[in-house]
Amino acid sequence: MVKRDSKILLDPIFENNPIGVQVLGICSALAVTTKLETALVMSVALTAVTAFSNVSVSLIRNQIPPSIRIIVQLTIIASLVIVTDQILRAFVFDVAKQLSVFVGLIITNCIVMGRAEGFAMQNPPKESFIDGLGNGAGYSVVLLGVAAVRELFGSGSLFGFTLLTPVTQGGWYTPNGLMLLAPGAFFIIAMGIWALRTWKPHLVEAE
Amino acid sequence: MLEHLLSLMVKATFVENMALAFFLGMCSFLAVSKKVDTAIGLGAAVIFVLGITCPINYLMYAYLLQEGAMAWIHPAMAEVDLSFLTFLSFIGSIAAMTQIVEMALDRYAPNLYNALGVFLPLIAVNCAILGAALFLVERSYGLAESTVFGLGSGVGWAMAIVALAAIRERMKYSNVPAGLRGLGITFVLTGLMAIGFMAFAGIQL
Repeated sequence: MVKRDSKILLDPIFENNPIGVQVLGICSALAVTTKLETALVMSVALTAVTAFSNVSVSLIRNQIPPSIRIIVQLTIIASLVIVTDQILRAFVFDVAKQLSVFVGLIITNCIVMGRAEGFAMQNPPKESFIDGLGNGAGYSVVLLGVAAVRELFGSGSLFGFTLLTPVTQGGWYTPNGLMLLAPGAFFIIAMGIWALRTWKPHLVEAE
Repeated sequence: MLEHLLSLMVKATFVENMALAFFLGMCSFLAVSKKVDTAIGLGAAVIFVLGITCPINYLMYAYLLQEGAMAWIHPAMAEVDLSFLTFLSFIGSIAAMTQIVEMALDRYAPNLYNALGVFLPLIAVNCAILGAALFLVERSYGLAESTVFGLGSGVGWAMAIVALAAIRERMKYSNVPAGLRGLGITFVLTGLMAIGFMAFAGIQL
């Protein structure tokens, strides 16, 4: 029992990573990763929404008529996102402003929908909650990894603390502007996927 | 006025391309870009739905949700602020609109319906649609601006996915390293396209 739970929790982190393997939830993974701080807040928000939407969907899974299940799931997710958005605005207003529309876009984040539809509709609440946490963690690992690379090489800092002093402030490091721009994020994720698939060759796609 | 709208259209299509500058609609962008035909179908459906939902969402926000928006019903309702319901009502209206568009096309334009068929339901959860609606609230566009912004973003997104699909069809003949095959190389391609689109930055009419 415990073994199964830990498998549900740990599988999505590398083996079945939502971003690297299932190709879900990429929009926000790219857009909020110029800084570690925003990426961290986004990861926490998404993990919370996925876990609780999984529980809610799972609790009423036997009452949802199949023909309108998508709209029911969307309503549950949207309500949770509204709560998350209000909490973020109340406690970390600056970060919420930087995330702008991307908090709202958690609603259409395919990870949340995908887990609700693919896992919570068939499984009891406890497993669904763990599955939500696991997938949230898998997403967070990628998000934080990408954000760390982009912030470190793009502005020479981590969490806003300067590690590599840029030339503009009298240091030696010339920031790599590409990292902060949109294309940089694509290249980093591509490298990440390449690394993951070299490490786990069975994930390589057939020609 | 017209110049302003034209400039907004160009901005939404090229400079601030939904897919390549804001990463919106990435899931379907990567998943449905293997063939040019299907990419054109999805692109057309996105233009269609964005062009319809943007003005509707704007009207809903301006006359029902915004703080003081309901003053037109009764002066006593001027203090009602429903803006916290924005997400829920937008996603509801988008899901409903895609459903209505699907039924209307089925009834009146069966050819178009058959061409778009599979993609219409997918669009309800395409973040480009919800993203555009949230952007127009954040940037406080008017009705005409919202319509133009919606159409422009749709055209930009469609253009990007068709271009990517065309490149991916050619990729079949290339010898890609095993780990990069499929998803990885698609990310690299999209990144290169994003660099290309950055050349449009700063263009104004």
